[in-house]
Amino acid sequence: MTFPPTPSQTVGPFFHIGIDSFIGPELVAPDRPDAVRVFGTVRDGEGMPVIDALIEVWQANAAGRYAHPEDMREHVPLEEGFDGFGRTCTDDEGRYEFLTVKPGSVPGPGGRPQAPHIDVSVFARGLLKRLVTRVYFPDEVDANEADPLLASIEDLDARAGLVAVEDDGGLRFDINLQGDRETTFFAV
Amino acid sequence: MAQRVTRGVELVGYRRDDVEVDPPYLHPDYVATRTRSPKRPLLLLPHTLSEVTGPVYGHDRVGELDHDLTRQHDGEPLGERIILHGRVLDGDGRPVRNTLVEVWQANSAGRYLHAVDRHPAPLDPNFTGAGRCVTDDEGRYRFVTVKPGAYPWGNHPNAWRAAHVHVSLFGPAFATRLVTQMYFPGDPLFFQDPIFNSVRDPKDRERMISAFDLDQTVPEWALAYRFDVVLRGREATPMED
Repeated sequence: MTFPPTPSQTVGPFFHIGIDSFIGPELVAPDRPDAVRVFGTVRDGEGMPVIDALIEVWQANAAGRYAHPEDMREHVPLEEGFDGFGRTCTDDEGRYEFLTVKPGSVPGPGGRPQAPHIDVSVFARGLLKRLVTRVYFPDEVDANEADPLLASIEDLDARAGLVAVEDDGGLRFDINLQGDRETTFFAV
Repeated sequence: MAQRVTRGVELVGYRRDDVEVDPPYLHPDYVATRTRSPKRPLLLLPHTLSEVTGPVYGHDRVGELDHDLTRQHDGEPLGERIILHGRVLDGDGRPVRNTLVEVWQANSAGRYLHAVDRHPAPLDPNFTGAGRCVTDDEGRYRFVTVKPGAYPWGNHPNAWRAAHVHVSLFGPAFATRLVTQMYFPGDPLFFQDPIFNSVRDPKDRERMISAFDLDQTVPEWALAYRFDVVLRGREATPMED
């Protein structure tokens, strides 16, 4: 017997009161040499900044291991203090920012390697269900070329849009919920 | 205990056929969806290791009183004290253990402790409106709080949100992340609340409504409501090692 799931609902405009500081935007310490700033602006279909979005990221560590019991690849080291999850809210200009490290490659369908990537969830007022996208890295040209998910996207602009852009010493990944430059979102 | 997650070389993913319970992104009656819903079809994301794993937050991250929204200040909040409890289950009805449950809500007057909330109802100096806890071995969670008030919003003329508590859950994987809202039985505002009604099937809406639970009331002290949450199920039952 299967149980039907509980439906999703919007986080609404007031989720900030429920966001505890114990999960924050810094996945690594700021003084870590390989720390990278991933940032961007969230906009709606009219190009207006979305000032009340909640952004979450989930990723493997720099070696490519997830801090989760189902990642049982013991030859890939776990990292003390790195849980791979971050959460933040957009500011009054629609901007978000995380401090993290580039994850290592993890296996994909059929054991083919996936290019380094971060899974991203977007929640907001007006989103009855989260939107999911992925951030890929611009310095991984060959790995991105061979990535099974990226390769499955026929629209080359959409494919390129999932790769962050080097900007201001960090990596910029803007999120457009709707419109001509709409971000590629995935059904999970 | 680790679960076996490979079937041959492929991972066991999460069911996709049951996501129809979720509302569509575009629900024009809820005005904010008109400019915030994507127009292009979503692309299928295969469930790789990235999606069958997810953040793990256990009991070590939650304080002893984090589940009690009535004991976060010097005094007690005004309003009808309630116990809000239930179980978190997976799609096969098994308990989801040791998973973080977060809640946030308006106070008993229908006002959020939030700068953006301009509803001219009083703030309560003894109520923040946020709590969290971790499920036990049976998947149970329990909060003590006050019943939130209904509040007006600008969606349409004389629009009021049905009273609700926001509930956020992680479950075992990135794929099981869920944010929903828990409603109260018999609310007269359901008919005009486009967020509640964005869920297409009335039977699915019913599962967002808590049940009055006489057994869990505490005489002379608090009423109780039960709200069970079901997270997405797995494609095939994983084998226990």
